[in-house]
Amino acid sequence: MITRSAHEMSEAMASGEITSEALTQQHFDRIAEVDADVHAFLYLDHEGAMAQARAVDKARANGEKVGPLAGVPLALKDVMVQKGIPTTAGSKILEGWRPPYDATVVTKLKDAGIVILGKTNMDEFAMGSSTENSAYGPTHNPWDLSRIPGGSGGGSSASLAAFEAPLAIGTDTGGSIRQPAAVTGTVGVKPTYGGVSRYGLIAFSSSLDQAGPCARTVLDAALLHEVMAGHDPKDATSINAPVPQVVHAARNGNVKGVKIGYVKELNGEGYQAGVRSCFEESLELLASAGAEIVEVSCPNFEYALASYYLIAPSECSSNLARFDAMRYGLRVGDEDGVSAELVMNLTREVGFGREVKRRVILGTYALSSGYYDAYYGSAQKVRTLIIEDFTKAFSKADVLVSPTTPTTAFKIGDKVDDPLAMYLNDIATIPVNMAGIGGMSLPCGLAPEDGLPVGFQIMAPAMQDQRLYSVGAALEAELLTKWGAPLLSQIPALGGAK
Amino acid sequence: MTDSELDHLATEMDVILNAVARVQEVATPDIKPTSHPVPISNVTRPDVVVSSLTPEQALSGAPAKEDGRFRVPQILGEE
Repeated sequence: MITRSAHEMSEAMASGEITSEALTQQHFDRIAEVDADVHAFLYLDHEGAMAQARAVDKARANGEKVGPLAGVPLALKDVMVQKGIPTTAGSKILEGWRPPYDATVVTKLKDAGIVILGKTNMDEFAMGSSTENSAYGPTHNPWDLSRIPGGSGGGSSASLAAFEAPLAIGTDTGGSIRQPAAVTGTVGVKPTYGGVSRYGLIAFSSSLDQAGPCARTVLDAALLHEVMAGHDPKDATSINAPVPQVVHAARNGNVKGVKIGYVKELNGEGYQAGVRSCFEESLELLASAGAEIVEVSCPNFEYALASYYLIAPSECSSNLARFDAMRYGLRVGDEDGVSAELVMNLTREVGFGREVKRRVILGTYALSSGYYDAYYGSAQKVRTLIIEDFTKAFSKADVLVSPTTPTTAFKIGDKVDDPLAMYLNDIATIPVNMAGIGGMSLPCGLAPEDGLPVGFQIMAPAMQDQRLYSVGAALEAELLTKWGAPLLSQIPALGGAK
Repeated sequence: MTDSELDHLATEMDVILNAVARVQEVATPDIKPTSHPVPISNVTRPDVVVSSLTPEQALSGAPAKEDGRFRVPQILGEE
């Protein structure tokens, strides 16, 4: 049962084949079996999950109408606050903190009857592409335990690939949903900025952060997207408009007559051969399914990475000032006569990891008087140029596509001492965040040279998220016909029996 | 930060700053900066009292508290 899709699990519960309680227990059993190797979870809420599962079973038994994902288990990225449940964002500075409220997304999940199994591992404050920056140790890629599961949402993606959960929540500031999805052979969607509430999402870079669904199929991602999304008065940047018809689109995948623009600059040099071949085979499948493939050029994308590594650190240097050792979280060195300022410094020295310090310093520098125009100001101008590139490209194509990442999953430890090499992982995903548009990654094959999953990225204009699902579902169906089974059926067995 | 951390970071920072300084190549004066990806406007709500965290909830994560307040280290009278 645990290898089925969330949609199939839901059907099995509706038909009486299994209860949510039993389904949830099966997932906890699986976690007990494999998570010592994978380390996807930082915290498990067995009691809360089983109570929610029983409540859904009871409602169903009483003939009450329940939502399409009611009773389905989910893994929650530890950057989302959940009332009473330890929430760390992968940082020592929040170790042991139990938030006094629920994020809006969490409220929506609970209202939909979704069973939250626990909190997943991540790079500290979502800064990273490998989960190696977690203060609680790295997560391992279920395809090859010596490799990274992507980041920052590596716990969420790994939990899906390891069949520890059929659904997960991620957040994507520069690729933290799509890059982990790509390297684990799963599906991840970054909705349009403002499509999902950020209330209760621990902020990294507020103009870029966006939560989204992670799943093993395009339809499952759409079902979860519909639960999460919608206007929230508690988030001033939340878009007050109807949620795009993503489930309808995912059920009716179609690319006949759709113009698909492949972005010239997001392929070629620097991209692994097997990534390129898988991507290009998928493009051919889309063409044979009736899509019109056009080449588009986005010349300013080559500056996106540089601009991102000024804007995101600048915003984080401001956002992370809230971790001041005064109101919640860690406090170090609080003895008689020690000043608040020194306590703050001591706490941050111990509580923040190396990458967080690196970015706070970089951001503080970029915003400082005398350097503001040259760094932060210039980065904001590049953001304008990237948005203009997208506008031009979308005048020629309905969606844009590229490989999600330049390479497949690398070895744990390989890039940890080379920040610039690490940052390059997000080269194809960052432009989407800069422009605030929607993006999806879905698995498109295994690279012949290393047998590891490759991600196919689809990008759509703002508030046209349904196009991601329509094209994604069409490609997923074509690939399924070609392979005869989902890509994840080829994953090596973990622990004991699968 | 510790001294060894500082040494390590200083070298890295040079490399990173050189890399991100590329933005200056295309950021000409005629381009308008973008701070936010979608148009935003002020959001207000009616000025009515709604429920919020209780003092106990707000203090639940405090490293130290006293008499229903956050207790903080000394903030005045430093040399």
